[in-house]
Amino acid sequence: MSVMQDGFGGYLTLLIAGVLANECWRWLGVAVGGRLDLDGQPFLWVRAVALALVAGLVSRMILFPAGALANVPLAIRLGAFAGGIALYFLARRNLAAGVVGGAALLMAAQMLLG
Amino acid sequence: MQGVSTQAAAFALGLRAGYSVAAFVLFATALGFGAIARDAGFTLGQAAFLSLTMFALPNQVVLIDQLARGATVAGAAMAVTLAAVRLFPMVAATMPTLRGSKRRPVLEVLAAHFVAITTWIEGARRLPSVARELRLAHHLGIGVAVCGMMVLGSLTGFLLTGSVPGPVSAALVFTTPLYFILSLVISSQSRMDVAAVVLGCGLAPLLYLIVPGFDLLAAGLIGGTLAYLWGASAR
Repeated sequence: MSVMQDGFGGYLTLLIAGVLANECWRWLGVAVGGRLDLDGQPFLWVRAVALALVAGLVSRMILFPAGALANVPLAIRLGAFAGGIALYFLARRNLAAGVVGGAALLMAAQMLLG
Repeated sequence: MQGVSTQAAAFALGLRAGYSVAAFVLFATALGFGAIARDAGFTLGQAAFLSLTMFALPNQVVLIDQLARGATVAGAAMAVTLAAVRLFPMVAATMPTLRGSKRRPVLEVLAAHFVAITTWIEGARRLPSVARELRLAHHLGIGVAVCGMMVLGSLTGFLLTGSVPGPVSAALVFTTPLYFILSLVISSQSRMDVAAVVLGCGLAPLLYLIVPGFDLLAAGLIGGTLAYLWGASAR
């Protein structure tokens, strides 16, 4: 299956919807660098919106996954997700332990229970 | 860290960030991104292109997710840009720390491209030991190394997911939501931040059922605004 053309048209879509939509904020950051109150109210709101959006992406990837993850039962997805977060804290806030450990739990649970 | 006295040496010191724990975790997450891109019907070249030119994994996954679910280019761009706004304060805060006595606009724009959570963590750890005039070169070294790891991870994940058993593919994809949620946990500093994460997690699945296609945008705007208002009222 292919949702995107491989040629120029596909890359043009990625450039507009992805690269420009993303990179314009970095350019703006260079332009104003240091001349703004970064603890001001507008930035607090922007931060909250971006956090909520990415958090929403996470919960949707777990609850309504596409592709390879869709074949894994919901209980295993939720269990391994909670397990990864627990491992992060148990390993004294070690990012690698949480990410790799959670993924390993998902794999092990599928092999044992699936 | 001491004894770095030339631009080239500062750049080389930055390149070492490619071997850090943060870069390793980023590599593992980029494996997931490559797998997600393939799952969603994108090509190997497109996956590498996005990692190189966007260099912001959550925003890349938002883009792929939106396009794969049939969003319009404008709709996808809106969701990406809302997720990407957080880069603005991060870059604005970083640039003054990188500037020496003379301005180098082209290099500064390139340096801004490499501003992301991982380079931020590595930079904050090493920057104080690097002389002011050498910091831009040092940051560019970190950026090249970390961005290189991410492109490599995306390519590897894309190729792996086609040739490994299903459970392994699923585990590759799974690194991405894990990394994102832990990054959110790490960067949440206030009650408002925690509320935004909790509301976003709760609202997105509901909105997905009600307004598919606009669920991420709506979860961000509604959840973020509620969290902001709640945080403001608590202050």
